[in-house]
Amino acid sequence: MSDTILNIENITKSFPRVIANKKVTFDIKKNAVHAILGENGAGKSTLVKILYGLLEPDEGNIKLNNKDFKVNSPAEARKQGIGMVFQHFSLFDSLSVKENLILGIDEKMSYSDLEDKLENISSRYNLPLDLDAPITALSAGEKQRVEIVRILLQDPQILIMDEPTSVLTPQEVESLFVTLNALVKEGRTILYITHKLEEVISICDTVTIMRGGEIIDTSSTANQTAKTLATKMLGQKLDDLKTNYDHIKDEVNFEVKNISCDFNDPFLTDLKNISFQVRVGEIYGIAGVAGNGQSELMDILTGENINIKSGSITFDNKKIEKYGPQKRRDLSISFVPENRLGHSAVPELSLSENILLSQFPKNNFIKNGIILKNNVDDFANNVINEFKVITPGNDAKASSLSGGNLQKYVIGREISSKPKILIISHPTWGIDAGAEHSIRESLIELSQNGTSIIVISQDLDELIEITHKISVIYDGNLSKPFKTSEIEIEKLGLLMGGKNE
Amino acid sequence: MNSLFPSIVSRSQSSGLMNFFVPIISIVLTLITGSIIFVLLGFDPVYALYTFFISPISSTYGISELFVKATPLALIAIGLSYCFKNNIYNIGAEGQLTMGAIFGGGIGILFHDTNAFWLLPLMIFAGAIGGALWGLIPAILKTKFNTNEILTSLMLVYVALFILDYLVVGPWKDPFGYSFPKSRPFSESGRMPLLFDGLRVHFGLIITLFLIFVSWFIFSKTIFGFQLKVSGYSPKAARYAGFNQTTLVFFAFAICGAFAGVAGLAEVSGPIGLLYRDISPNYGFTAIIVAFLGRLHPIGIIFASLVIALTYLGAEDAQLFLQIPSAVGFIFQGLVLFYLLGAELLINYKLTYKKLL
Repeated sequence: MSDTILNIENITKSFPRVIANKKVTFDIKKNAVHAILGENGAGKSTLVKILYGLLEPDEGNIKLNNKDFKVNSPAEARKQGIGMVFQHFSLFDSLSVKENLILGIDEKMSYSDLEDKLENISSRYNLPLDLDAPITALSAGEKQRVEIVRILLQDPQILIMDEPTSVLTPQEVESLFVTLNALVKEGRTILYITHKLEEVISICDTVTIMRGGEIIDTSSTANQTAKTLATKMLGQKLDDLKTNYDHIKDEVNFEVKNISCDFNDPFLTDLKNISFQVRVGEIYGIAGVAGNGQSELMDILTGENINIKSGSITFDNKKIEKYGPQKRRDLSISFVPENRLGHSAVPELSLSENILLSQFPKNNFIKNGIILKNNVDDFANNVINEFKVITPGNDAKASSLSGGNLQKYVIGREISSKPKILIISHPTWGIDAGAEHSIRESLIELSQNGTSIIVISQDLDELIEITHKISVIYDGNLSKPFKTSEIEIEKLGLLMGGKNE
Repeated sequence: MNSLFPSIVSRSQSSGLMNFFVPIISIVLTLITGSIIFVLLGFDPVYALYTFFISPISSTYGISELFVKATPLALIAIGLSYCFKNNIYNIGAEGQLTMGAIFGGGIGILFHDTNAFWLLPLMIFAGAIGGALWGLIPAILKTKFNTNEILTSLMLVYVALFILDYLVVGPWKDPFGYSFPKSRPFSESGRMPLLFDGLRVHFGLIITLFLIFVSWFIFSKTIFGFQLKVSGYSPKAARYAGFNQTTLVFFAFAICGAFAGVAGLAEVSGPIGLLYRDISPNYGFTAIIVAFLGRLHPIGIIFASLVIALTYLGAEDAQLFLQIPSAVGFIFQGLVLFYLLGAELLINYKLTYKKLL
């Protein structure tokens, strides 16, 4: 067919523990904005990395203009006419816009030719740029413009945009859309990666929905609504739900009230008036697509960031929003951040030593500043045995453990001290199914013994399996909570995509 | 086809055994390169290496001198390990040494005609305070204004040296010194006691060994040492654990400064006996090499300080007997550091040639 520019056929790519793309097949039409929509981990990034020459597929073919397309590097991809603008910019901060653009050019070009060309691109596509400004002085939107111009200098047929609006203000989004329309009018094709339903409907012509590495559907956006897209993106996840609410006491022991926090950083999400309550023995889930304020909220819940603009956190009738992590642990609050290596554990240290990162009042690890090694070792051995951590011993370095084993160890360390509340982010992120199951089991068991748990996760299946209540975080706003047993998946999907009727 | 230049790729696992051998391999490679340099200069490499590394320590006096030189190196290096373990790059130990010498030496000059048991302890204490205060300046700048401690600590070295310069040609000049840029000599009780008659090795060695032992205990047994280590490996994990990193930066700088200050005082009240311009042949900078050569480990630092002290002595002997400039000593120090860092890189990373097509 003449109006198809790219045919993707049976692309499969697997990584050690996961198949990221499973027989992905779809066509992209010329002269259109084609969206790829999906949750985190749906396989979107893997697919575009293959297109851009950053990854090699295990199987499958790609045809560009009906000719076999195979590239081993981004430079080759650009030569063949595919350009990409990443979510994170790769610009030299201390150099000027012009210098950055020159660095990005693969072929030789004289200075005046370049300036003419830039002039032309700027006016044609609504991409105004101050060529002599240093990159540091630019806003996120302007930096993105530099990236787009840099790619356009190479005259690509297909432009891949990875979550382009995630760092932009609403006005900048508007102006980006004007640019995209101008590009399409000229006969270029845009491949638009996103999880935002609104954007798919407003500027994309066709949408391919991915879930779990597979293509769910490719269709025109004309006959889609946010609801139908959300359902397809998330699938039916409520089949065998057996949430048990019996053990929850009608007593709130952790309350976040109107927390707001500004960061002045385009890569961080400001938190806006976040409030929620957790009851004794309840598991409270916070869902949402990555980058909507989860890690910023986590830092505030753990006390790693105590510079909030307003609001309060109350635990057992104490105001704790100004407490640091250790002071919170002293109150029997325990936390497991998302990253194991370098955050909840130090990879270079032994398992025993890693115990000392998190001390609770009932632990007897230190006396007069001196480490009581026997007590620490005993505690470590206990965690290893009780949580079935596979390791040669407590003196093995944390880095020698597999992700799942280390996560079991870290969670074991935190819950062995029987905290009153556990705050945990992405408990089963990047680990194997066996460890995933045992971690979820132990969280449920912990809640049944009276510990309140807050789980931040992008994995909806996980939240639906273990939580009692779920709310959704989107762009720093937290929705009201929904009872997990009565939840409508559509509603969640809409909230995660930023649609709140 | 492979690309011409290799790229550096992280190794998934570094060999523990190699970690142990790195210092030894570095020294062997240094000796080989050194021989080549000697041959190129037209000397018999065996004789030159003998003159450089064996003859300086073939007498009791030579061995004593080895310890005299190793004492400040080891003391400063162990102090630096408090900073380096915490990933703080304090390059200014030379300035902290100078400030220690000024504070402690100042007391010595003030009480130049007093002979009392308390004088030396007071001088040592003042030396520690002087060094610590000088070390706290980059600590404050780093924690308050987020300045790079490499730059500030280094620049403060020159400030301290100018202050010393000013003092010994100005207010603290020896009134009976025929206008030489030096201070009055300290009184007898303001001097480090000698350990053996007729040899220059002094009580500073005992202080150094004691502080090395204390540091070993702190690094391996206390929660403070653990906190330094964690915040060096991963600041995020330290924040998660709730360790106060500002306090850690202050302590690391203060301890390092105090140790360097004591080393400076031990120099002026030990072998020198007064204040003058050139109290240290760059001990504060050379100690950086010692600290890394000793892999920030107390025992390692003891051996490393002896090896580097030997390059100082060897350079003097080489100048005397071979008429080679004493700067050759610096070449050897440079070679050791070069091979050490190179080997260390190759332990953690490997070179691969990328396939072009």
